[in-house]
Amino acid sequence: MNALSPEGYVTADGRKIGGQLMEMKNITLRFGGVKAITDISFDIREGEIRAIIGPNGAGKSSMLNVISGFYVPQEGEVWFRGARRPQMKPYEVAQQGIARTFQNIALFEGMSVLDNVMTGRLNNMNANIFSQAIWKGRAEREEVLNREVVEKVIDFLEIQSIRKTPVARLPYGLKKRVELARALAAEPKLLLLDEPMAGMNVEEKEDMSRFILDVNDEFGTTIALIEHDMGVVMDLSDRVVVMDYGKKIGDGTPDEVRNNQDVIDAYLGVSHD
Amino acid sequence: MAQSSQAADGLASIPALLQRNATRFADKPAYREKEFGIWQTWTWSDIKREIDDLALGLINLGVNEGDFIAIIGSNRPQLYWSMVAAQSVGAIPVPVYNDSAAEEMAYVLDHCGARFAIVEDQEQVDKVIDIQDRLTLFEHMIYLDPRGLRKYDHHKLHQFSHVQEQGRAARDEFTPDLEARQAKLTYASTCVMLYTSGTTGKPKGVVLSNRNIIESAKSSCEFDKLALGEEVLAYLPMAWVGDFIFSIGQAYWSGFCVNCPESPETMMTDLREIGPTYFFAPPRVFEGMLTNVMIRMEDASRFKKRLFDHYMAHARRVGPAILDGKPVGLMDRMKYALGNLFVFGPLKNTLGFTNVRVGYTAGEAIGPEIFSFYRSLGINLKQLYGQTEASVFITVQPDGEVRDDTVGVPAPGVELRIADNGEVFYRSPGTFESYYKNPESTASTKDAEGWVATGDAGFIEPGTGHLRIIDRAKDVGKMEDGSLFAPKYVENKLKFYPNILEAVVFGNGKDRCTAFINIDLQAVGNWAERNNISYSSYQELAGHPSVLDAVQKHVEEVNASVAQDEMLSGCQIHRFLILHKELDADDGEMTRTRKVRRRIVEDKFHDLVKALYDGSQTVSTKTEVTYEDGRKGYISATLTLRDAKVFPIVQGKVAAE
Repeated sequence: MNALSPEGYVTADGRKIGGQLMEMKNITLRFGGVKAITDISFDIREGEIRAIIGPNGAGKSSMLNVISGFYVPQEGEVWFRGARRPQMKPYEVAQQGIARTFQNIALFEGMSVLDNVMTGRLNNMNANIFSQAIWKGRAEREEVLNREVVEKVIDFLEIQSIRKTPVARLPYGLKKRVELARALAAEPKLLLLDEPMAGMNVEEKEDMSRFILDVNDEFGTTIALIEHDMGVVMDLSDRVVVMDYGKKIGDGTPDEVRNNQDVIDAYLGVSHD
Repeated sequence: MAQSSQAADGLASIPALLQRNATRFADKPAYREKEFGIWQTWTWSDIKREIDDLALGLINLGVNEGDFIAIIGSNRPQLYWSMVAAQSVGAIPVPVYNDSAAEEMAYVLDHCGARFAIVEDQEQVDKVIDIQDRLTLFEHMIYLDPRGLRKYDHHKLHQFSHVQEQGRAARDEFTPDLEARQAKLTYASTCVMLYTSGTTGKPKGVVLSNRNIIESAKSSCEFDKLALGEEVLAYLPMAWVGDFIFSIGQAYWSGFCVNCPESPETMMTDLREIGPTYFFAPPRVFEGMLTNVMIRMEDASRFKKRLFDHYMAHARRVGPAILDGKPVGLMDRMKYALGNLFVFGPLKNTLGFTNVRVGYTAGEAIGPEIFSFYRSLGINLKQLYGQTEASVFITVQPDGEVRDDTVGVPAPGVELRIADNGEVFYRSPGTFESYYKNPESTASTKDAEGWVATGDAGFIEPGTGHLRIIDRAKDVGKMEDGSLFAPKYVENKLKFYPNILEAVVFGNGKDRCTAFINIDLQAVGNWAERNNISYSSYQELAGHPSVLDAVQKHVEEVNASVAQDEMLSGCQIHRFLILHKELDADDGEMTRTRKVRRRIVEDKFHDLVKALYDGSQTVSTKTEVTYEDGRKGYISATLTLRDAKVFPIVQGKVAAE
């Protein structure tokens, strides 16, 4: 694998990628006797679209949960923006500027799209409960500012027509988009997407890919995503980490990964003769 | 023809009207657009500034007088300003249908030789870049929404706001030039060029002068007393002449406010929020709204449904008479007022029609049921008959003389004449100048005295003076036995059933008539759901035996009603089939304004037409389809053909509609 300069690199389509935003150093994660992740190291660079792929049970979602701070690895270190990250609660991670979507949609089904997306602004609401209750002064000012951010996200993801629709009434593809909207409303530095295309038809996948690229392009958001659809991964991402049985078996640009023998073996199987 | 060569008060162009409005109506709203969930307003003085900045920016980019500037996008205030800015610098705006495929766009842009294009977003930029190589004269493109365009080559690509900034910066330098160009605009200079949708052949560029637009706008505003304070919703394609007249012509003449929806999908919500006073929609929009209401009433509680049915029955009886100011008994009036409180008022509010003072529908015949539904609610819905070549207005229905089967009396300033073959001719101040680069077509449509052939066959009703349109003149034919064949007449009757979206009737020169039917996926789908009929696609639903049964019933009812009309009774439908795909503009089967291209359909599905006449029970076919992104595919299907009952001709009775 080629060594990348610490200052960053330039992608094939001419985008400038910065230095390290996050670095995973020798991460090992165990659940009792089961090793979900074994000694994995890789980094995510500023402005990059980074994919984690692998067959079922390879440990991809566990890896994402380590990044998001939901799981604490038994060994290894997580470095974020040049500092080692201590053990944190998920909300503290969110305050650091990391937002995510879930493989199984985790929205508030009974609430409208707008209210769901507003929850993404939770970390930007500081008014106390009394001021919230009478909705005067600071609470009102905050709500206006937060709503402005949310409306820009709604416009960006083209979901104006369902703004007031309860989430429960939406089809699957749109729910996924609402979840992305909620994550974007937090204005994250790093966006984690857990299988953003799972269960979508071709058209919905095309739309979602477009939005992911646009998010990266417009806001400069760094994106780490897990995805099964190889076509999508190879088209979208700048660099790919390949996992199998909790180990890293490949890391590099989509082309490098595609020609890596270990990766081919993991995906296509090896003949045992 | 008495044409006023001079404009009233020197208001000879749209920029001149803008100048007047910016002083007279300075702080009145001119445009609104919903953006980021809030209605943003621009006053007349705001838009004067915006348009001037853009005009200066255009001069800075090198726009010359007489250049053509293509405007491509959905209804955005900035695109409306672009048209007026283009006019200010002496250029000619050419709005283009934003959903046209690259091929069609290439034809239009090449035909007018556009040097510049002002487009909405990345989608349109991509389309124009795709076809750029084929356009010899094309130079610069300006876009509104920068999203996704950052990495594009910006040598010949400019952001709208940057063009305005540069214009502002060069104000002192270019203002004398701008003023000189504006001063040269007269009643005779070209105001806009609009491409007709072209039911036959390639689109034609209709050149409309300032006289055409301003005179039409002026007399139509007077006819319906449109004034400052009207609210309209601009949601129909900008390339369509109606939108140009309503959202620019009449808006600039009267100074009323044009509201642009947030996105095409939010149109219904935006309509409700704005509550327009003046509203235009083609019949299919009214039809869609009514279908929605009926579907939702089906799901309502029994009490609500009974309340609705009871008061609607009353409204159908007295509503139109009350609207027309005819005498209605006191008890009936009181009951209507109660109905208004419980049913009509809330319903109108939900539809966004509470404030509608004048509503129009045109383009196609509207179903009598649909028409009377809206009128009985107290919505002043009227019909008009027009075309691009007439700057819209040929005939309109005056208040109090509204009927579902006529299109009204000649609009102010319009003269009508019916030729021997039944074709309708008109001439008016709105009559177009010419077809661009097409003197043959101009000559064959407009004669030396200014009479224009509409291509429609119709007659003027004795007594009332109302015009009735039967069909396209070229579609009217003879059956084998010599009786009259008017397909549209029958198709319209079929289309009035909510289940039927489109119908195409054949029979010219044949011994009997047959038809293709397109079902309405929403209405039939809803019916299927309630009757536990499962389906996975349009094709499957269209082939379902119970759907065929339902459609057969409609066809037979239509046959019964056609049999009442002595003149047209030969047009009863003997056999029909339900098409396996929806007729689509992307496949060339319809125009962008959704009119069926009869010849193309007949050609494309010639095997199906043949099967309709050779007595076979089923037919297998394979059809090419074009997807929205231009890719092509095939669908195969086996269709069932059905015979429909026909009725003996009723002697001695005249068309009872």
